[in-house]
Amino acid sequence: MTRHTLSVLVENKSGVLARVSALFSRRGFNIESLAVGPTENPDLSRMTIVADAESAPLEQITKQLNKLVEVIKIVELESPAAVERELLLVKVRAPMADRTQVLQTAELFRARVVDVNTDTVTLEATGTPDKLQALLAILAPLGIKEMAQSGTVALGRGPRSMSGSTAGAGTLRPVDRTA
Amino acid sequence: MNSSTPGESATREAAAALTGVETTARSLAAAAAEPATGITGAQSLVRALEAVGVEVVFGIPGGAILPAYDPLFDSTVRHVLVRHEQGAGHAATGYAQATGRVGVCMATSGPGATNLVTPLADAHMDSVPVVAITGQVPSASIGTDAFQEADIRGITMPITKHNFLVTSADEIPQRIAEAFHLAATGRPGPVLVDISKDALQATTDFSWPPRMDLPGYRPTTRPHGKQVREAAALIAAARRPVLYVGGGVLKASATEELAELARLTGAPVVTTLMARGAFPDSDPQHLGMPGMHGTVAAVTALQKADVLVALGARFDDRVTGRLSSFAPEAQVIHADIDPAEIGKNRKADVPIVGDARETIAELVVALRAEHEAGRTPDLAAWWTQLDSWRERYPLGYDWPEDGTLSPQYVIERLGAIAGPDAIYTAGVGQHQMWAAQFISYEKPGTWLNSGGLGTMGYAVPAAMGAKYGCPDTTVWAIDGDGCFQMTNQELATCAIEGIPVKVAVINNGNLGMVRQWQTLFYEGRYSNTKLHPVGEDGKPKPVRIPDFVALAEALGCVGLRCESKDDVDAVIEKAMAIDDAPVVVDFVVGHDAQVWPMVAAGASNDDILAARGIRPVFGEGQV
Repeated sequence: MTRHTLSVLVENKSGVLARVSALFSRRGFNIESLAVGPTENPDLSRMTIVADAESAPLEQITKQLNKLVEVIKIVELESPAAVERELLLVKVRAPMADRTQVLQTAELFRARVVDVNTDTVTLEATGTPDKLQALLAILAPLGIKEMAQSGTVALGRGPRSMSGSTAGAGTLRPVDRTA
Repeated sequence: MNSSTPGESATREAAAALTGVETTARSLAAAAAEPATGITGAQSLVRALEAVGVEVVFGIPGGAILPAYDPLFDSTVRHVLVRHEQGAGHAATGYAQATGRVGVCMATSGPGATNLVTPLADAHMDSVPVVAITGQVPSASIGTDAFQEADIRGITMPITKHNFLVTSADEIPQRIAEAFHLAATGRPGPVLVDISKDALQATTDFSWPPRMDLPGYRPTTRPHGKQVREAAALIAAARRPVLYVGGGVLKASATEELAELARLTGAPVVTTLMARGAFPDSDPQHLGMPGMHGTVAAVTALQKADVLVALGARFDDRVTGRLSSFAPEAQVIHADIDPAEIGKNRKADVPIVGDARETIAELVVALRAEHEAGRTPDLAAWWTQLDSWRERYPLGYDWPEDGTLSPQYVIERLGAIAGPDAIYTAGVGQHQMWAAQFISYEKPGTWLNSGGLGTMGYAVPAAMGAKYGCPDTTVWAIDGDGCFQMTNQELATCAIEGIPVKVAVINNGNLGMVRQWQTLFYEGRYSNTKLHPVGEDGKPKPVRIPDFVALAEALGCVGLRCESKDDVDAVIEKAMAIDDAPVVVDFVVGHDAQVWPMVAAGASNDDILAARGIRPVFGEGQV
């Protein structure tokens, strides 16, 4: 299985998320992560969907997604040509004896301390999925009490944009609708 | 103004509704286009339906949709009050398939709406343009498990092309316009518009046409020129081409273009269950229907082809059999309006996205250029092979040894007597397959059935819709006794509303197709397939439950019965002579007749059996 990141511009209307997620489950595709948020255009939302699929089923799922009336455009973002980030909030056990180690680890990963008390420290970290996995691997022996992690959000590198709103910079090529 | 009331001279009413439909629709559209202020959402809805040219709505009122029924009472849009919402949905589908226009059905919230689920799923699988309008509980009550509340938008998401929940009266005309546009364009399909009761009751202004806002909906209808030329080159070089024609050709009204392509290529044509009538059965280039119960020639032609030209077809499992061994030597040209169909089941060597009519027309032009450049294939050897299959393994059937009436004979005679101008609908099962096999379809829109979903109970309400849309055409519903017992209540609708359909119940007292599988694959253990009463000795009791003749009469129809071969023609002719009431003929047939040829589920098409235990011999290396 291969990991694919799809950036999907959709109309900002109720029910769109249900349509998209139901489509994945009914066609038998696994979503690894899904993030939905506003875009520069208030009428549109962007869904960033990370899915595990071989290329043939991926083509099928993008075609099926394109058939949803509220889906405007789909671009597959591939790693070197795109920036991918996740957000992690992690509450680590940090009694005084271990606290320095936690803080040093945070510094190494450029994580920020967002909450602290006598027993725990909560860190905020952003990065690629790999980087956050590495951070968690180091924190795990100290005792992770709780964590929350976002889905991946991603943008293509370079001057082009998906919605083409940046005049003159061109638009990213959508996933082929016709073949 | 529609002043006629149910029961008041049904025939006259039907006739009136059917004369000058086009003019009525146009003048309606003009009248309805008048803007209005200070009207209710319900009035706005009815004006919008008038403006899009709706001739008829099949439906049942109820609490949440009730506001819409008040202005509908005064509208030129006719409403046919059905007996079950499923009947409304299938009637809309039958109407759409027979006329090419969008079929419309209407229901109230909750159970009314959920009763539309089956016909919507059916229309979705068979790409039929249908708009369903449902009432919803008041918007303030949505989500509170209010009386007769069902999340019909959520429920129908996977079985509609698109759906809307409308909670503002101002939105109604726009959503109706969008719904009809979505249903009828691109790959057609059902669209549901769920409207909350408060939106129907609120005050609003109406203007037409509204602005449609569908930025993500851009169906590709024009095929890519390069792909078309590539396809033409492949066809011109083919030695064993087959035109594999699906329902998309009928949806696109591309039958004339198809005839031209067939003449130009000289290639054999197969028409799928959804495409019967897209190419005349009488044409010598037609090999018949492919698939699980297709002709040996059609199935084998696909298997041995070197080039498959799939036109508006979707490589359904009922056509391909085991996919990995389907048409193993063929290069595939796949033309479809839905890009998601291309490569879904079978890799396409030349994909073409576009409307079937435009695609075939351009293919004809490109192919002429190939021929002018001297590239004309010689298909003589291929036809020698095809003809030998056709001659050795024609469609046929044996008379039951127990002296009972043969269902195939009944259907064959029905087709011969009613002829190619009649419209035939079918339920699902053995009778459906026999109707697809033993009736000669010569014209588009004359064969309506539930192909993708396989909905038992489709035939009677679909015939009602078809007859409403084509009142001057004889419409025969060919139904099984199992199917007929699912939806026959609509015959009361037909009797009262003046829609004189004809129903041939192929009554073998069993769920015949399931019984056939039990015979073939479950050692004859007939678990729960007997519909007629059976005595302790296992033999049918001499009592009819139900008595279809008495049932027909109770529903206001003429009931006839036929139990012997000698009576078949006379009974059909008698039924044909009745045109002022629906007719039901109870054809009592044997229960051991089987549908052949057959490719067992999951088996390879290479393992087709021409008849039970008879495996065709295909002479290796002849082609």
